[in-house]
Amino acid sequence: MTEVLMEVRDLKVHFPITTGVLFDRVVGHVKAVDGVDLSVPRGQTYGLVGESGCGKSTLGRAILQLTPPTTGEVRFDGVELTKLPANKMRGMRRRMQMIFQDPMSSLDPRQNVESILTEGLAAHGIGAGRTERRDIINKTLDAVGLPHWALSRYPHEFSGGQRQRIGIARALVLGPELIVADEPVSALDVSIQAQVINLLDELQEELGLTYLVIAHDLAVVRHISDVVGVMYLGALVEEAPSDRLYREPLHPYTRALMSAVPVPDPEVEDRRERILLAGDLPSPANPPPGCRFHTRCPWAQPTRCASERPVLRDVGGTKVACHWAEQIAAGELRPHEVRVELVRPGDEGEAPSVVSAPSEPGSYV
Amino acid sequence: MALLDVKDLSVTFARRGQRTVHAVDGVSFSVDAGEVVGLVGESGCGKSVTSLALMGLLPRQRGVSVGGSAIFDGTDLLQLDQRSMRDVRGRDVAMIFQDPLSSLNPVIPIGLQVTEVLVRHRDMGREAARKEAVALLDRVGIPDPQRRLKEYPHQLSGGMRQRALIAMAVACQPRLLIADEPTTALDVTIQAQILELLKELVRDSDTALIMITHDLGVVAGMCDTINVLYAGRVVETARRKELFAGRRHPYTVGLLRSIPRLDAGRGEKLTPIRGSVRDVLPWTEGCAFAPRCDFRVDACLGEPPAMTPTHTGHEYRCVNPVPLSQPEEARA
Repeated sequence: MTEVLMEVRDLKVHFPITTGVLFDRVVGHVKAVDGVDLSVPRGQTYGLVGESGCGKSTLGRAILQLTPPTTGEVRFDGVELTKLPANKMRGMRRRMQMIFQDPMSSLDPRQNVESILTEGLAAHGIGAGRTERRDIINKTLDAVGLPHWALSRYPHEFSGGQRQRIGIARALVLGPELIVADEPVSALDVSIQAQVINLLDELQEELGLTYLVIAHDLAVVRHISDVVGVMYLGALVEEAPSDRLYREPLHPYTRALMSAVPVPDPEVEDRRERILLAGDLPSPANPPPGCRFHTRCPWAQPTRCASERPVLRDVGGTKVACHWAEQIAAGELRPHEVRVELVRPGDEGEAPSVVSAPSEPGSYV
Repeated sequence: MALLDVKDLSVTFARRGQRTVHAVDGVSFSVDAGEVVGLVGESGCGKSVTSLALMGLLPRQRGVSVGGSAIFDGTDLLQLDQRSMRDVRGRDVAMIFQDPLSSLNPVIPIGLQVTEVLVRHRDMGREAARKEAVALLDRVGIPDPQRRLKEYPHQLSGGMRQRALIAMAVACQPRLLIADEPTTALDVTIQAQILELLKELVRDSDTALIMITHDLGVVAGMCDTINVLYAGRVVETARRKELFAGRRHPYTVGLLRSIPRLDAGRGEKLTPIRGSVRDVLPWTEGCAFAPRCDFRVDACLGEPPAMTPTHTGHEYRCVNPVPLSQPEEARA
């Protein structure tokens, strides 16, 4: 049994929707994260996938207490973070760092690399003097594969891949145990993507880091994660060891998501079965009752799905939140066509208008 | 005779006091009716500039020069003046852009944007155009099209916006569609919907489609012929299956090895390409990919490599191609 480094219990992050000119009146909540449990063992990688708006980034930020959670617990190495006073929390931050998606906007353009990397060291009082800090920084630069002359340069002087390395160096320089990486490679070209993925892998091996990797790209997540959690509308719908999840996905959403990822191989592309989902992600301000996915689910059943919210339960080693997981896996239930429900961006709580479109072109093939 | 025949297309941007940029440097390919042709490459390889040049959308100002020819049904698109280009654009050749929010006009209702094309090119009256617009939106899978006509782009979701953009592009039943990263801004499940829609349009109406993308997975599922671009030139071109099965150019091989695949196991190492797209050699001094190439030999420098044809139509621009039999072990 490996030691659990980070544990999240029933975490919720709700953002109030307010209206009014002088006085804000709360008219509803965007339930960005709505009851998530997960645990990350030390030295392993937990991958969080989902489409935009599913709350994966908010979850990552809430775990690091960058966005205060509404309710729930976040336990890091046995310490409950949500109730930690601010000064203690600052100390904890040294042990948990973040890598952001877009290195251009997450690095200060007016700070040179040395100043970017020294800032954290100074804030946490690591290293006695300039030379000692220089030493730590140089070691970090070696680790991420940047030349030492980078110190006096500014972020704009680097290519995308190198900038992401600076972002990784900034996280590493403090010697953290947990790194939350939010879309670490999605802004990069494919050939550079592979370099950064390999770097993250090597660093984990070398330093025994624990990662929480948040990404929308299933192939990337599959590649670097030991355990993968799939999120839909603020909640986990499935969680399984990476290989298992890709071999036999149980949740209908996971199946659809995986069948939608293009594989760079025509032989595979021609053979595979595609599950096309109808319509868009419903608004998190007004999530559908019951199972969040039932409005788009090709396997939705007349009973339970619309009324009862499924909880994550163990089905042969995979945790899945679906009432009918066993029946779907056994092939007892057949997928059917789904009527398109119209989703509007900025839907703020009015009842969704159901439109009976005859059939989405190729809704389920 | 191909529908579109692009020969030696080149685009250069010159600015005073700066080095002239050869964004597209002699690209040739052809597209038949009903065929899907892919242009694949990373950022800066010239794929988008190629599409803009074909559509006559590059700024007509000093410093921008377009060379070569693009014969579309007997006329050279590159030689047309602004006025005749406007007649072709939208009617015979239409384009789908990457980001639907920034390519739709935010202050004009969707309906008006779709009918505009119909009124301009098909001489329809307002009422007829409105009816046709409803049919078009319905065809691209937008639910309740009557109501959507009065709505503004911000009221639609990303996928629906892209559908609206596609409706505008196919409004005049163009014979050639150019899709520039049509799904890059979308989520995978929505991407799958849009790609399915594009396939259907091509199948049903015999439209030719030029698919510009960085995603080799997308081309693997869609394109009949694939052109891999690097630093403004086509480095490898082949039919879909042949390209993936018998890739010869080190860049294509490198690209495919650096993509994490859904059907590969955890922990399988990726093999990235060294350096970055900035490390290019000008084509005049040899192969632009040479600084990053693991197969480099002395012959790579000095003389720009020419396309090597094979009897199947598969061509590659390399003097020391990856051996066919064991492309996996070749790179030690």
